[in-house]
Amino acid sequence: MIDRAQVLHVARLARLELTDDEVGTMSRELSAVLDHIEKIGELQLDDVPATSHVIDVVNALRPDEPVPSLPREQALANAPEVVDDGFGVPSPGAA
Amino acid sequence: MSADLIALSARDAAEQIRHGRISADELFAAYRERAAADAAKGEDGLNAYTWVADVTPSAPAASDAAPLAGVPLAVKDLFCTEGVPSQSGSKILAGYRPPYNATVVDKLASAGTTLLGKTNQDEFAMGSSNENSAFGAVRNPWDASRVPGGSSGGSAAAVAAGLAPWALGTDTGGSIRQPAALCGIVGLKPTYGSVSRYGMIAFASSLDQAGPFARDVTDTALLYRHMVGRDGRDSTSLQHPDEIALPKGVDLKGIRLGVPEELIGEGVESGVREAFNQTLALAEQLGATVETTHLPHAPHALSAYYLIAPAEASSNLARFDGVRYGLRADADDLLSMYTRTRAEGFGPEVKRRIMLGTYALSSGYYDAYYGRAQKVRTKIAEDFRSAFDSFDFIVTPSAPTVAFKLGEKTADPLEMYLQDFCTIPMSLAGIPAISIPNGLSDGLPVGFQIAGPAFSENRLLDAAYVLEQALGFDGSKVRA
Repeated sequence: MIDRAQVLHVARLARLELTDDEVGTMSRELSAVLDHIEKIGELQLDDVPATSHVIDVVNALRPDEPVPSLPREQALANAPEVVDDGFGVPSPGAA
Repeated sequence: MSADLIALSARDAAEQIRHGRISADELFAAYRERAAADAAKGEDGLNAYTWVADVTPSAPAASDAAPLAGVPLAVKDLFCTEGVPSQSGSKILAGYRPPYNATVVDKLASAGTTLLGKTNQDEFAMGSSNENSAFGAVRNPWDASRVPGGSSGGSAAAVAAGLAPWALGTDTGGSIRQPAALCGIVGLKPTYGSVSRYGMIAFASSLDQAGPFARDVTDTALLYRHMVGRDGRDSTSLQHPDEIALPKGVDLKGIRLGVPEELIGEGVESGVREAFNQTLALAEQLGATVETTHLPHAPHALSAYYLIAPAEASSNLARFDGVRYGLRADADDLLSMYTRTRAEGFGPEVKRRIMLGTYALSSGYYDAYYGRAQKVRTKIAEDFRSAFDSFDFIVTPSAPTVAFKLGEKTADPLEMYLQDFCTIPMSLAGIPAISIPNGLSDGLPVGFQIAGPAFSENRLLDAAYVLEQALGFDGSKVRA
């Protein structure tokens, strides 16, 4: 069971603003999904290694050679706000 | 004339262009007109496209280097296409035009395909009905009151309805195979890593896999052949050990098919089970042996998936913060700008999965949830490995039901998640699986899934081809 306080805590971690209604819905729906998911708690998995990659591969390394990157104007082309050739954002100061 | 062009398979169209019997421009115009006519109807049409090309692009001349010259291609919205909207079905990316192409989009352009349009999808590929798109639901060409499946619903509907000869999709837990099944076409989820993920807007990186949709197995193989390859820009991409061949074969002599009891039980509709059993009988007539087998951990696959995929999604979707592209909400301070942008930009299913994933990764829960799920994943992969000691392929229905009504499953997330019950185990194991149409139930298409070991695509396509020829499924009436 995920209660309202937990929903609000997770929403803060996830940088999501939720309406009051959404907090209630989320609490109900996440609890239902987790009830189902928690069945994996019944499995004996102590000596089982966790999957890190499904296909056996070794580290993919490449030479560290500089190549041209995206030109600045292209990188900024989709920006909601551009300030001094950079991405503009509101002040991080406390509101 | 236009109807004749639409009736051609992609392979035949490429052949005819090469021999100068039809022109690439004519072919493109015929498809463009149909795609644009549907797009103009918005949600009164199939709503398969979110963008359709308005001019005919110039195709390279047909040659050995560009064997697909002039065959139009529909591309799922989440693939980045330079200068063309790539919104992953989300309001948070509304209007986003990437400055580069996904590697697979570039590769297919080099092979000669032309970009016909971008197809509608569930937001960030999260969904099994294509009702989670910020650009409206997609409808099933077999019955407009029903869903096409998802998340690649636009691609599947476009191919089934003859609004594209073939299309690109992605499959994380079933997002190619399930819509292919519900729309009566062929869809392949390849071996994990065989196609570059560079430029695919990420959902769950350890599962996301690009693959082809086509009307038949031959076109599926032909498109996939030009998608594979290691890419320096995706360190998880792998060189496929084989060149992908066009499928062949006349029988299934010596082929051992395993039917996992865990994936054909309750939840599978009677009409779907009937079509499945008929296809098994047909496979036996063609020389295959069919035996029941077990994937003991498969019943836990859905649980593992709904921890791993949302956990990875919550991390991948952290980048959508209103700073560099897409939507930005008004706010006086930075934190409020983030939280409001994400509140306004993401739809309910995406929020639900971000919350679930963030919870599963949060302090104190990581080992119990994400860690455990990755162990279950190991067991599922082992189940398949040991099954493939005794069988060439594992076969199941592609989806437990036929296409359901719009709105029928939106109220209960868990019921929607169960749509992918038969497809998720293969995704977790990273192995290839194909869905081919194997008949109708109450007038709606049913899909047959064949899964093989990693990199077995050539054998898988051959077996699918033999079955396809024997089944003789005809989807042409919905292309009229």
